[in-house]
Amino acid sequence: MQPLTVLEALGCALPAANVDTDQLIPARFMKEPRSVGYGQFLLYDVRHNEQGTPDPEFILHRPGASEAEVLVSRRNFGAGSSREAAVYALVDYGFRCVIAPSFGDIFASNAVNNGLLPAVVEDDDAERLLAALGDHPAEIQVDLVEQRIRVAEVDVQFTVSPVWRTKLLNGWDDIDMTRQHAETITRFAKDYIQKFSWAAPQLPETNIISKG
Amino acid sequence: MSTPTTLFDKVWRAHEIHRSESGQSLLWIDRHFVHEGSFHAFNKLGERQLSVARPDLTFGIADHYVPTLARDLEGVADPKVRSMIEQLSDNTQRHGVTLFGLNDPRQGIVHVLGPEQGLTQPGLVMVCGDSHTATHGAFGSIAFGIGASEVAHVLATQTLWQTKPKVMRITIDGQLASGITAKDIALTWIARLGADGARGYAIEYAGEAIRALSMEARLTLCNLSIEGGGRCGMIAPDQTTFDYLRDRPWSPKGEAFGQACTYWETLYSDPDASFDLEVTLHADGIAPTVTWGVSPEEALPIDQALPDPEHISDPAKARQARDSMEYMGLSAGQKLTDIKIDRVFIGSCTNARIEDLRAAASILAGHKSRVPGMVSPGSTLVKTQAEAEGLDRIFIDAGLEWRHSGCSMCVGMNGDMVASGERCASTTNRNFKGRQGPGARTHLMSPAMVAAAAIRGQLTDIRTLSSQANTTGAN
Repeated sequence: MQPLTVLEALGCALPAANVDTDQLIPARFMKEPRSVGYGQFLLYDVRHNEQGTPDPEFILHRPGASEAEVLVSRRNFGAGSSREAAVYALVDYGFRCVIAPSFGDIFASNAVNNGLLPAVVEDDDAERLLAALGDHPAEIQVDLVEQRIRVAEVDVQFTVSPVWRTKLLNGWDDIDMTRQHAETITRFAKDYIQKFSWAAPQLPETNIISKG
Repeated sequence: MSTPTTLFDKVWRAHEIHRSESGQSLLWIDRHFVHEGSFHAFNKLGERQLSVARPDLTFGIADHYVPTLARDLEGVADPKVRSMIEQLSDNTQRHGVTLFGLNDPRQGIVHVLGPEQGLTQPGLVMVCGDSHTATHGAFGSIAFGIGASEVAHVLATQTLWQTKPKVMRITIDGQLASGITAKDIALTWIARLGADGARGYAIEYAGEAIRALSMEARLTLCNLSIEGGGRCGMIAPDQTTFDYLRDRPWSPKGEAFGQACTYWETLYSDPDASFDLEVTLHADGIAPTVTWGVSPEEALPIDQALPDPEHISDPAKARQARDSMEYMGLSAGQKLTDIKIDRVFIGSCTNARIEDLRAAASILAGHKSRVPGMVSPGSTLVKTQAEAEGLDRIFIDAGLEWRHSGCSMCVGMNGDMVASGERCASTTNRNFKGRQGPGARTHLMSPAMVAAAAIRGQLTDIRTLSSQANTTGAN
C-alpha cells in the first residue's frame, strides 16, 4: 500500500450524520468485480435521483470534486454493514482520508486496510471544517505526522490509533506482518487444541436435525 | 486469588497468540464463516497465491444472494446474482471448505445456521465478513464482523490483529412484561445510548431479564449489538446454553461434551470484575418499541408520538430528526400508531428463528393481513420445523408469502426489495435509507408487532390488539 504522510488536496464537505455503509454503496452494486472501479457507486442513491440523474447541487458533482482526496462528515460515519465495498467506493473515487467525529468500528478497520485514513476530530472542529470548506471542494491539508488538519484559517488536531497511524505512514500490510509470526502461531495452535480439545469442530454423524 | 476478570477478558486471553509493542493482539480464530460476499477476500488470496490455512475451521454459507422463491439456481434471472452463489461454491470447493449451499437442507442465514448446527459454542472467537456476527456472542463467545481484507487475513493465517476494546456491561434488572421481547430491549438501549453509544466497546448483557431469555431471544439481542455501535455482544453461558447445544450436529459429543461444559461453566464475569462502563435498565421500563427514522437510535415506545424538531435543543439532533422525517414521509408530533404501512417482512438474522415465527403466527392466526408481505425463515431447518407445526398455513391463510430462507428483504441483494416510497413493518435490523431498496421506508420492530401491524394495516400496540381481540373475539 502507498504510504500516507501529508495530503495537500481538495476536500469535500458532506454535512450529514450517520452516513452508513448502505448509503456509501447500495448493496445492489456489490456483485460487481472490483476491476470495474467502485468510485462510480459511491453514495449513488444520495447523489442521483430515482431516474439515475445526478443531482448537480451535490458536493461530489461540483467542479473539482473528482480530484478531491479528503471528505469531511458528521458523527458515526461508516456505521452498519461490514461491507469493505464502502471503502473501495471511497478509495476508487480518489479519497485518501475521511474526517468525522466518530466512525463505525468495522469501517475504520477496513479503511486502514486500504490506505484510507479515518481521522477523528471533535464535534466542534468537524463543524468548523465543514463551514470552512463550504459547498464547493476547497483546499485542505491533512498531516498524519503532526496529526493536524488545516483549511484556510482553521487548524485542528485529529486522533487516530497509534497502530493505524504507523501502518498508514509505512503502507504496511497485515498479512506480511503476520507471516513473520508463523512459528509462534503454529506452536499456539498446537497447545490450544490440546487444552481445548472440544473446540475442534466435530464432524456430525447425521447432517439433518429437527430441534425446535 | 487471581484478579477478578470479565467474561470478555477470559475468552480474549485464551486466544491471544502474541501482543505487539504497540499493544495490538494477534488472536486465534476458532470459526470463520464465509458467504457470497466473501469473493473479494478469496480474490485477494488468489492474487497472492495463498491457500486457506485451516479449511477445517472455515465454513461457507450461501445466504445473502440466494433466491427465496425457489431453490433453483437456473431460475435466478440476474446472471450476476447467480454468479455470486456460484463463486462461493467454486471458492469453497477449491479450498476444501465445507459449504452449506443453496440446495443443502441445512442452508440458512449464517447467524441462524451457526448456532442451529452447534458450530457456535461458548468461549470461542468467531468471525465473519458480516457485521451481525455479534449474534454468536449469545453463547458466550467473542464474535464480530470483519471486512474483506480481514477475511483474507483469516483465510491465510487463521488469526487476526485486534486492539482490545473496552468492555461495557448492560444489565437489565427485573422481569419483562408479557409480549416484551429481546428486540424491544435492544431498540430501547440503542435509543437511550445512541447508534454509536457502544462504539469501541465489547458489550456483556447481564441481569435477571437476560438470564430468563431463551437462546433464540439472546441471539436477537446480541445480533443488534452492532446497531448500537458495539462490535460484539456476549452473554455468559448457563444451563439454557448447554441444553441448547447438547446433541446439535457439530457440538462436542459424549465425554467431550462434559469436558466442554466443565470449561464453559467458568465463563462468566467474576463478581468483582470491573467494567469500563456500566449501564442498567429496568425491565418494567421497556415497552414494545418501533423505529420511526433512518437510524436504529430513532426508536420510541409504540404509544408515543414523533418528536418535534422545534423542541430539540441540540441543533445537530434537530437537523437529523428533520432529515429522517422527510425521508420517512412523517411529520412532527404524529402518533406512531397512526402510521399506515404498505407491506410487512418477517425474516433476517435478527428475528427469523422458530420462536420468532411462532410469535408472529400466534398473533396472525385467524386473521388476514391488510397489506402484502413475506415470511422468510432464518434457515431451511427452521422452515421445515415451522411447516411441521403448521405455521406456514397461518401465514399463507393471512395472505402472506411463505418463502425459502435467506437474507432476502433485509438487504435486498437477491432482488427481494421494498419499492421506493413504500413503508414496511419489518423484523430486520436496519432502517437505513435505501436498505430494503432505493427509497424504501423501514420501521423495525419485533415479529409479534409486525404481525399486529399486518392485521391493522398500521403500526399497532400489541398490548391493545390483544385486549381488543379478547373482548371482540377477532378483528
